[in-house]
Amino acid sequence: MATPTPDETGYYKQEDLLKLDYRPPATGWMDTPVDLRRGSFIYPGKAKNLKILDLPNPRDWAVTDDDWKLPEGWKETVLRGMAERLSKYRTFKVFMDICVRCGACADKCHFFIGGGDPKNMPVLRAELLRSVYRREFTALGKVFGKMAGGRELTIDVLKEWFYYFFQCTECRRCSVFCPYGIDTAEITMIGRELLGLLGIYVNWVIEPVANCFRFGNHLAIQPHGLMDTLEFMVDDIEEATGVRVEIPINKKGAEILFVIPSGDFVAAPGIYTCMAYMLLFHELGLDYTWSTYASDGGNFGLFTSHEMIKRLNAKIYADAKRLGVKWILGGECGHMWRVIHQYMDTVNGPADFLEVPKSPLTGTVFENARSTKMIHIMEFMADLIRHGKLKLDPSRNDHIRVTLHDSCNPARAMGLLEEPRYVLRNVCNHFYEMPENTIREQTFCCGGGAGLGTDENMEMRLRGGLPRGNAVKYVQEKYGVNQLAAMCAIDRATLITVCDYWAPGVQVTGVGELIANATVFTGEKRRTENLRLEPIPGMEEDEDSAEGDAADE
Amino acid sequence: MNVMASLAIVGGLFVLGSLGAVPGMGWVFGVVLPYVALVLFVGGLVHRVMSWANVPVPFRIPTTCGQQKSLPWLKHEQFENPHNALTAIGRMALEVLFFRSLLRNTKSKLVEGPRLVYATDLWLWLGAMAMHWSLLLILFRHLRLMTNPVPYCVTFLEDVDGFFEIGLPVIYATSVIFLVALAYLLLRRLVSPQLRYISLVGDYFPLFLLLGIGISGFWLRHLAKTDVVGVKELAMGLVSFRPTVPEGISFLFFGHLFLVSVLLAYLPFSKLTHLAGVFLSPTRNLANSNRRVRHVNPWDYPVKVHTYEEYEDELRDKMKAAGVPVEKE
Repeated sequence: MATPTPDETGYYKQEDLLKLDYRPPATGWMDTPVDLRRGSFIYPGKAKNLKILDLPNPRDWAVTDDDWKLPEGWKETVLRGMAERLSKYRTFKVFMDICVRCGACADKCHFFIGGGDPKNMPVLRAELLRSVYRREFTALGKVFGKMAGGRELTIDVLKEWFYYFFQCTECRRCSVFCPYGIDTAEITMIGRELLGLLGIYVNWVIEPVANCFRFGNHLAIQPHGLMDTLEFMVDDIEEATGVRVEIPINKKGAEILFVIPSGDFVAAPGIYTCMAYMLLFHELGLDYTWSTYASDGGNFGLFTSHEMIKRLNAKIYADAKRLGVKWILGGECGHMWRVIHQYMDTVNGPADFLEVPKSPLTGTVFENARSTKMIHIMEFMADLIRHGKLKLDPSRNDHIRVTLHDSCNPARAMGLLEEPRYVLRNVCNHFYEMPENTIREQTFCCGGGAGLGTDENMEMRLRGGLPRGNAVKYVQEKYGVNQLAAMCAIDRATLITVCDYWAPGVQVTGVGELIANATVFTGEKRRTENLRLEPIPGMEEDEDSAEGDAADE
Repeated sequence: MNVMASLAIVGGLFVLGSLGAVPGMGWVFGVVLPYVALVLFVGGLVHRVMSWANVPVPFRIPTTCGQQKSLPWLKHEQFENPHNALTAIGRMALEVLFFRSLLRNTKSKLVEGPRLVYATDLWLWLGAMAMHWSLLLILFRHLRLMTNPVPYCVTFLEDVDGFFEIGLPVIYATSVIFLVALAYLLLRRLVSPQLRYISLVGDYFPLFLLLGIGISGFWLRHLAKTDVVGVKELAMGLVSFRPTVPEGISFLFFGHLFLVSVLLAYLPFSKLTHLAGVFLSPTRNLANSNRRVRHVNPWDYPVKVHTYEEYEDELRDKMKAAGVPVEKE
């Protein structure tokens, strides 16, 4: 067998990763150069992708090169960019000025907890930028320089920015604990924007962005490909349930436009959640449509720049208008919901051509989405279950002992905490919470969000995934938990690696998948297989079980 | 280095300030510099707050720390996740008065197993609360020197503060708490390797400055025989803008007053502006009403998008072949 490379989990021994030394090095942080070792950084954005997006300085280069081929006058460009952002974002200005370095954020970051690198303490991550701010933009820093915590912007500082702003998943856990609400995600976003002015991007982010710009989704699925994928799913749905569902696509005049993260079209286990949506909407008789143009709610623009958020997200309202729908429903996704909830209406609104979302089945009007006109699938489902609109048999999920991973963005940028719990309790008889400091607003990131979920970044993913993985292992050992439900497409991709490594034996699932597996569908055949086409224990072919009469609660 | 430099600066400043007791220097250290400091404080702070307030808030990005207001039958955590201005004010009040976020603080530790455990860690919260609240009460007590007659609320507070009746004159609880809390905040910075690593002169200097002010104040109140009548005359002169410098005020008092002047002048240009900045932090002072009420970005500008027409033009044939509806046949 070939020796594993730094891109593979086998390269990392648990005992090595767990040799954690939280004590900082002997040299001061301004004098400690960045260690660009394989497995802990992401490869640069390819020129072709930058060209598609009209971004500056497209070129081919490598992170380990001495010469990053920066444009002429790069330093002035960055400082001008900082000045511009200091005048446009109150967050940036205030966060640069008021940090007291109390250190409350230090051990709240999953990368610091799992790695011990002091520059992964959120406070120091921000100081990387703040030190330049002090030197160039404050009176004390201009006069006293290093004595006042200021430092000059050099190539080495720039490389440090690159390394650590792509070691932050913008999960905002630290901002929960900060007495001033300093939001490292905001610092990282602006730091990445500044790097972007010089054409410094990572390909794992900028290629999906280029794809999304051109084809409407990160994975460059073209319309006919999407049709194929959905048809394939329809066949699998029929095999599992005996129910044949329709594929409404680009359907004008539908009531609802349905948008999900594109990861759920192609990769397991997200595809099962996608199948679940189709099945449930068929059962409910929902008048909805997919859009090939708005075929991704996910938005890696969030990991690129504020401008890119707007450029990529415009398609959602645009296609809602073109198709003439009344309102928009969004699937399970993390960063997509940060964009939808906190940015969409501002950057792409007002959506005055849409109506306030109203469930056609329960009549519930979603006042909380009165302006944006888009609601989360868990809000929609919780309302349906509350009104008894789904016939549920949670015993079909009895072989599953599930825990819920709160995805960072729905938790800390929305507060969508109880909806998924209500749903899970109704579709699963065995639901267990992880320790309280690892869930809800204190939830830990998967370690691969904000565009860091690539294999070339494996060391950092495993380190960053330690707090989450360790909490999963705890409930696995204590309650026998064997599934981790995650309402996020990035989670469903990256937590598989995290669980396999830190809590082997725990599978990752979407919440939607569990709903569909517990739902008794009209005209279904006897259910012996779940949506993964795996046999359901206790429901085997030969058994004559009386199903369907279990409590709906 | 940062520690010793900060200590040395504060020590030097104290010695410098005590020169106010030298005949002829009283006007400089007792009147001119306090006024200059006050002007810098007020002007600097106003300038600083305006420099923040003049920057727009393009996006509404509160950090939510509890259940959102969505379906009516789900319990909404209104102060952890405020949905309107009133509850956002409530959240801010909890933050400013009780340091709500610090109250959440935990300490993570990797133990046998391996298992990560998170223990509640309230020392920082306690130290910060003790320091800030006692400082506020001490400032309030100082009104005794600046009012005539002294309002009842001030004497009442003094009575409460000196409730234990230890020492003569009575030692105030806040004086002790203030110094102990400051000492703790300094010690944790020195003892914790991570904190020492991130601490700048700008972190040690204010601590030493406050300690210098606290210790000299404690000395003046409880240990030295201070000419209270003279000090009050000076203070009343300052607040009524008819300054006089009485004879016989001690060097200790001038050192104390000068450190206070330095603190006032330094505050607007340092991290101590957090006292004003906390009110302007957009992750805390905004309501999470994002989908209900549209937030407008004042500098919003049009961006280049890939329109549906461009998209269909590129992919029309494939769409038609796959049976996906198109606009133009």
